[in-house]
Amino acid sequence: MKNVTNMIVAEGLTKNYGELVAVDHIDLKVAGGEIFGFLGPNGAGKTTTVRMLTGIIRPTQGRIHIAGFDLLRDPIKAKEVMGVVPELSNAYTELSAWKNLQLMAELYGVPAKTAKARAEELLVRFGLHDRKDHKTKTFSKGMKQRLVIAMSLMSDPEILFLDEPTSGLDVMSARMIKDVLQELNNRGKTIFLTTHYMEEANQLCNRVAIINHGKIAAISPPEELKARIGGLGRLEVSFKSHVDSSDLRSISGVTDVRESGDKTYLYTDEPGTTIQHLVDYCRAGSIKIVTLNTLTPTLEDVFIKLTGNGRGMEEVAEVVTNGS
Amino acid sequence: MVPEIQGQMRRAFAIARKDIRIYYLKGPVIIFGVLSPSFLFLAFMIGRNLPVDFLIAGLLGMTIFFTSTSVTPVIAPTETQTRNLERLAAAPVSITTILIGDMLASVLFGMLISLVPILLGVMFGVGVAHPLVLAVAIVLAAFCFSAMGLVFSSTPTSMTSTVMMMSTMIKFPLVFLSGVFIPIHDLPAWGQALASISPLTYITDLCRYCFQGAGANYYSVPMNIFALVVFLVIFMVAAVKLHERSLPMRL
Ligand SMILES: Nc1ncnc2c1ncn2[C@@H]1O[C@H](COP(=O)(O)OP(=O)(O)OP(=O)(O)O)[C@@H](O)[C@H]1O
Ligand SMILES: [Mg+2]
Repeated sequence: MKNVTNMIVAEGLTKNYGELVAVDHIDLKVAGGEIFGFLGPNGAGKTTTVRMLTGIIRPTQGRIHIAGFDLLRDPIKAKEVMGVVPELSNAYTELSAWKNLQLMAELYGVPAKTAKARAEELLVRFGLHDRKDHKTKTFSKGMKQRLVIAMSLMSDPEILFLDEPTSGLDVMSARMIKDVLQELNNRGKTIFLTTHYMEEANQLCNRVAIINHGKIAAISPPEELKARIGGLGRLEVSFKSHVDSSDLRSISGVTDVRESGDKTYLYTDEPGTTIQHLVDYCRAGSIKIVTLNTLTPTLEDVFIKLTGNGRGMEEVAEVVTNGS
Repeated sequence: MVPEIQGQMRRAFAIARKDIRIYYLKGPVIIFGVLSPSFLFLAFMIGRNLPVDFLIAGLLGMTIFFTSTSVTPVIAPTETQTRNLERLAAAPVSITTILIGDMLASVLFGMLISLVPILLGVMFGVGVAHPLVLAVAIVLAAFCFSAMGLVFSSTPTSMTSTVMMMSTMIKFPLVFLSGVFIPIHDLPAWGQALASISPLTYITDLCRYCFQGAGANYYSVPMNIFALVVFLVIFMVAAVKLHERSLPMRL
């Protein structure tokens, strides 16, 4: 591995499938030790990007450096430093978990002794040790997915690419995988993560990129995105008895009111002072408040703003010029 | 450069071991490997008054041909469908390494199954006049036909049946061109010309030499070996080029 600050660098990365531009001139830099989230709606070009970054398919245009190695010129060296969990990947179902892990070790040139110790460790970590000699076709979906991740870790890679690693898994399996990613990151590994779970990205990632129609709409730390693009904060109130929303609109600081179920949402620029006005208003009218929460914009709000209803692209221009 | 090539070779062996475990160590594959050439052979030979050593030589040539081309064509389409190919494509191995791995497994299989006709010959009292040449011939032919199988598998499909049909359509006519059933000496001039474009001709001719002794062969031994090497190189280069094109289309 070369001594570089950016473990993943992509410049002008483009992939055309005939007429379709699946990925359109994207630039990315992922620093060493970073967990980088890659978000986007279905068909946005996430998998295509990951496949190009991992050397599975060749870009139509653009350059890629992995840990300082030019992926297109020196694919073997570049691939040796990364572990990959493809979107729809599989272990060999006719082989046992153990044999699958050993095959990975051999393909990545890991010495046999190291490979044995590491396989034992990973099987225990992923809760598969008691099934290690069973053919993987007998495994459940979650077990298979854990095995595929274990396989990607057999070479103790510096960079790990995961394309939707937790999709379709139960809470426990998903949490186990998230914990492993966090541990790896604490040990200094760089992680490139594609996911549809906003909360997962929000918790794990140092920075996220949102891709839409093959173009990057924003790259920032999640909190910055929420502050800049997420829009207004809101108060979530539940009243004991029904309150007319037109009255609430007149409260100072409230810009919009929406009702949903037993909850009323008050949109505001300054949640703090609005709460005070709301409380005053209720006291004056003897209205009982059951619950009151302050909601800040979530990553999901940001995501929907940037990718929803084809409105994304105008805002993109704005975000990009805002400097990301 | 040298350690890198060594590394890739070791990885090719890892792929070969995987292939053997998954695709070759299966009852039906092994039984089919032994039976199909035997049946085809019997079908054409029964009732014709031919010497046993002639029969065994032809059977051996066909056995290597059928076993070595039996599994290599289906590995790529199968792994396309099972989605293992993407894992392999992400690993630090070149396409050549993957193909060499597939070829090595097939060579081993072809060599092992080719012992069956040899032992059959021994049972019928057919001795091997030139064991060393025979060993070289078997190894070389197994490589050559395994590479041929890889050319078949380069169609970017996940349907094994498509590949099997295509390869069968090419394999069977080749058998009839190749002097297996009729000695090349006895073929008309156009038949001899056609036989010369089939790699199976050369291995069968070598087997004739090894079992029936000098004079039974039509081409000289060096000529036969040279021809097999040329076919091997052509098939291997074609397989690598074609798979480089088709791999991205499979994903
Ligand atoms: N092999 C291919 N041939 C043709 N078009 C393709 C191919 N692979 C992807 N595409 C197209 O490229 C676009 C991006 O696909 P991609 O798989 O990268 O999306 P994604 O962001 O991973 O979506 P998802 O969230 O559904 O996984 C889509 O329009 C898809 O149809
Ligand atoms: Mg995808």
